[in-house]
Amino acid sequence: MKKLLNTLFITRQGVYLAKEGETIQVKEADETLLRVPVHTLQGVVCFGRVNASASLMGFCGERGVLMSFFTEWGEFLCRVQGPVSGNVLLRRRQYRVADDVEGCQAVVRTIVCAKVANCRQVLMRAIREEYDDSESLSRQVVVLKSVLERAARPGQSVDVLRGLEGEAGKAYFGCFQSLIGEGREEFAFQGRSRRPPLDRVNAMLSFVYTLLVHDVTSALEGVGLDPACGFLHKDRPGRPSLALDLMEELRPVIADRLVLSLINRQQVRTRHFRESEGGAVLLNEEGRKEVLTAWQKRKQEEFLHPMLEERVAVGLLPHVQAMFLARYLRGDSEMYPALLWKG
Amino acid sequence: MYSEEELLPLSGIQHFLFCPRQWALIHVEQQWAENRLTVEGRVLHDKVDEGKPESRDGYRIERSIPLRSFALGLTGKADVVEYPLDRSSALVPVEYKRGKEKNHDADVVQLCAQALCLEEMTGTSIPSGAIFYGEPRRRLPVVFDEELRQTTQQAAADMHRLFRLGETPRPVFEKKCKNCSLLEICEPKRMGRSGMGKEWESMLHQCLSERL
Repeated sequence: MKKLLNTLFITRQGVYLAKEGETIQVKEADETLLRVPVHTLQGVVCFGRVNASASLMGFCGERGVLMSFFTEWGEFLCRVQGPVSGNVLLRRRQYRVADDVEGCQAVVRTIVCAKVANCRQVLMRAIREEYDDSESLSRQVVVLKSVLERAARPGQSVDVLRGLEGEAGKAYFGCFQSLIGEGREEFAFQGRSRRPPLDRVNAMLSFVYTLLVHDVTSALEGVGLDPACGFLHKDRPGRPSLALDLMEELRPVIADRLVLSLINRQQVRTRHFRESEGGAVLLNEEGRKEVLTAWQKRKQEEFLHPMLEERVAVGLLPHVQAMFLARYLRGDSEMYPALLWKG
Repeated sequence: MYSEEELLPLSGIQHFLFCPRQWALIHVEQQWAENRLTVEGRVLHDKVDEGKPESRDGYRIERSIPLRSFALGLTGKADVVEYPLDRSSALVPVEYKRGKEKNHDADVVQLCAQALCLEEMTGTSIPSGAIFYGEPRRRLPVVFDEELRQTTQQAAADMHRLFRLGETPRPVFEKKCKNCSLLEICEPKRMGRSGMGKEWESMLHQCLSERL
């Protein structure tokens, strides 16, 4: 399997990125702060007032390094696409499968099953680690099992599977507060709120999901698929539906557990947030740095991929799953093996 | 005869002969990975391209000559073409390779494809060319006999057939895979196996039966 490369995160305001030979230069005024060889990177992610030269953008596009820009608060602004992107023939297959009832059902079934199973693993692991409130967790583990049994039945419509995915999400986030250790009143969680996040836990979840979308989008484009045409998520202009589909099975494994451990290890504190008028809660710059550092560390951890039967860095999961998906859509394999995490 | 927009990159012929799947990954799937070999090859080519035209006894040397053949349906560039000062002699295409002479005929066929392009473009016949290998540095003459010409025409035709299908051949792991720059993209060993469905369903079943 290919090596995990770094992502360059630019959080400092007012810097300028330029190309110099085979390297990316990070400049502030006339001073060069950093030089990074492009072949060591898989992505460049910029927050806030960061500028980049057109020749650097073209260079990143050519080398398959995804460059994305976000507002200072982590809202997506744009991503840079190079001259050649993807394989139009594979994309046509993708659109055909998306329009084909059975082909679509088969992908959605494995994605939903894996998501529910992985959410359930997160809860079961917490129970094994003896959380005080394991009773409410155990109840939801039973609920998720029944959802999983129903989702696993072959031949169910995509709408039914979507409904089951929603049911699982409700059960899982319904007891998410119990996964946050005792005495963490400052991290009260009242269910998912996205636009905008209304509490600290939601602010962190949203931010980490944003990072995951970037990596999954990059992985999909890397294997030649169209991130916008999904199977589980309905197409909506401007929404990276396929990236959201592929994220489902990875969310609990990569993102949710990271947020929980940052809170429970007290690496993220109240001082890492700011509240805006109207009640939206956002990570501040210091908070984002804390999360980004933990995120990069998490990506380097290795685990045994059940399907590949080899050790893979967590950060390569989007790439591995995108490869599996491309092979299914191309007809090289009979199904898409969504990631079933073993807790 | 192919039209201008149907032309495929001539450089693909060597990929195609090495492994049709590798060729499809590069030319159909638009995947490319650098490894040490490809980077060194590019550096050598840059040297060739940088060089000023010079001469060899009785020949004028031109570099990076654009090529195409409507009969083969190929387009590309020749590293070097040697033009005889005496008009009665034939042109000589020369290809530069960084490595050793190979035990398969991909390099020779690629050179022959260049010669066929040059013949079509100039209306002259080209009996022979040369390959310059980097290690050890030696110039190997190549005669474009009938057999080699047929092999080349066949390879170009097969390549076009595969391109029209738009199919990427499935991976089969072989010894030569170890030297392939696309090994990590192709993953012939693990991603190419069958029976994944059964395996996955039994994992799912395990998840369902797992107790606290």
